[in-house]
Amino acid sequence: MSKTSRTQVTVPATAKKNSIIEIRAIVQHDMESGFRYTESGKLIPRDIIRVFTCSYNEVEVFKADFYPGIGANPLIIFTTIATESGTMEFKWLGDDGYAAVHQARITVS
Amino acid sequence: MNMKFDGPQKMHRRTWMQQLQKLTLLALGAYFMPSIALAKKEDADEAIKQITDGAKIQEGRVTLTIPPLVENGNLVVLKVSVDSPMTAADYVKVIHVIAEGNPLPNIFTAYLTPRSGTANITTRVRLADSQRVWAIVQMSNGSFWQGSAETLVTLSACTEMV
Amino acid sequence: MVMMVTQLFIKHVLQFHKSSVRKGTSFHLAIFCCSILFAASTSTAASEVAINKKQSSYELMTSENKAMQDDPSLNPAMFWVAEGESLWQTKSGPKNIACASCHGEAKKSMRGVATQFPKMIKGKLQTLEGQINQCRSTTQGEPALAYESKELLALTAYIAIQSKGMPIAVKETPANQGQLKKGQQWFQERMGQLNLSCAQCHEDRAGLKLGGSLIPQGHPNAYPIYRLEWQTLGSVQRRLRNCMSGVRAQQFEYGSPEMAQLELFLMWRARGMPLEAPGVRP
Repeated sequence: MSKTSRTQVTVPATAKKNSIIEIRAIVQHDMESGFRYTESGKLIPRDIIRVFTCSYNEVEVFKADFYPGIGANPLIIFTTIATESGTMEFKWLGDDGYAAVHQARITVS
Repeated sequence: MNMKFDGPQKMHRRTWMQQLQKLTLLALGAYFMPSIALAKKEDADEAIKQITDGAKIQEGRVTLTIPPLVENGNLVVLKVSVDSPMTAADYVKVIHVIAEGNPLPNIFTAYLTPRSGTANITTRVRLADSQRVWAIVQMSNGSFWQGSAETLVTLSACTEMV
Repeated sequence: MVMMVTQLFIKHVLQFHKSSVRKGTSFHLAIFCCSILFAASTSTAASEVAINKKQSSYELMTSENKAMQDDPSLNPAMFWVAEGESLWQTKSGPKNIACASCHGEAKKSMRGVATQFPKMIKGKLQTLEGQINQCRSTTQGEPALAYESKELLALTAYIAIQSKGMPIAVKETPANQGQLKKGQQWFQERMGQLNLSCAQCHEDRAGLKLGGSLIPQGHPNAYPIYRLEWQTLGSVQRRLRNCMSGVRAQQFEYGSPEMAQLELFLMWRARGMPLEAPGVRP
């Protein structure tokens, strides 16, 4: 059973060839650190997103490993070169079968 | 300190007062600063050693930016910026962010390619306490560079915890 | 001798507060020390803040947190707004109707609505959350949504954002007069083990520091908020319960008449200020 949540990616729809574009990717996730306790003293198990990847026409151009120290509703801002028109795919994978995917089309001229 | 020697009785009282001061300091210190804080710095050093495998780390080229004063440590904007041409011949391969004062030293790792354009990454992290945070960067030629920033983390007023 | 030890104690409490390791310990010690100082004073202000002197706690935030609130691509509250937009269209209940079935496009029908709550509706003082639940139970025939539930927060956030930037429009009327007065009494009454009133911190001492933080005027002009402390979105009632917990008082229950009265007074006190919802706060 896979669980998922909302994602929001900010990436330009068009770009000049070989220009550097900024991408902002944020996902709704509590990122339960595994260091918190309930009121009755029980440890809340770790449940976080572990990996984020960005693929550009199926070529991985960026990857990040997240640890419990990443804040809730994780945000990552990075850059990539607008090489060609096509599809960018953003993927988040995490504990307990968590998976989220977001696709964005980009036109490069 | 101008100590007037008033006789054996008064001297004894002054020494006792000083000892009481030291004891209070010791008691307060043990209460407010558990030894866990020291262990975290060792964990951070160990995590960095694991990354570099003991190789030399050079200073410079890496800028880590966090606000010097943080209102709440649950969500702190953290920026890493590395001075690099980001060409196929010379680019930033990996950026590791390590905290000296968190329960776990590793916060995140970013893997870049010559297609990245820049080595500027922004994210939002959890900081458990006032501390120094490190960015350990591995270049395509295998060299290691580092930068760091220190911050003061304050607590929010009126929380759910009593 | 007692004096010297007490002086030493206070000196070291203030010193250790800067590098507090255990969550809440030093802050509550600081509160305790300050409450000793507050014990003698009483609130003389009428709790009326002139419009040009009203200050949103937005102004007290760091530039990073301000940016988090202002930029939708950075504000985590937008996820709840998206959820609210989806719920607005979702048909449910025995009549199989959605909010949209009666209210159409929220952008039009809900514009300005959040700036008018709490208000008297059919003789009852309703908060925005209370009214959402009223619609759900009487019109949709669905059970009320629990306070701080994902769904209620999502709908509140979605409705509130339709009034973003608009001035808070809660006025004193013959209908709400009695409730408003009760709300003012709650605001000025001492409460809790620390025996402090809202007014003592947020009127008399707004702008001064308490335990390293600046004391805000305490306006509810940005709710619902993504509070960094909660690591999630929450309502003004949740925040007020935190305030009461801060002075070790018995917290008002969610959806209670006392809560609504206090909320009414606070919104009236904040009238004219632009609504910042959904906000970000530390």
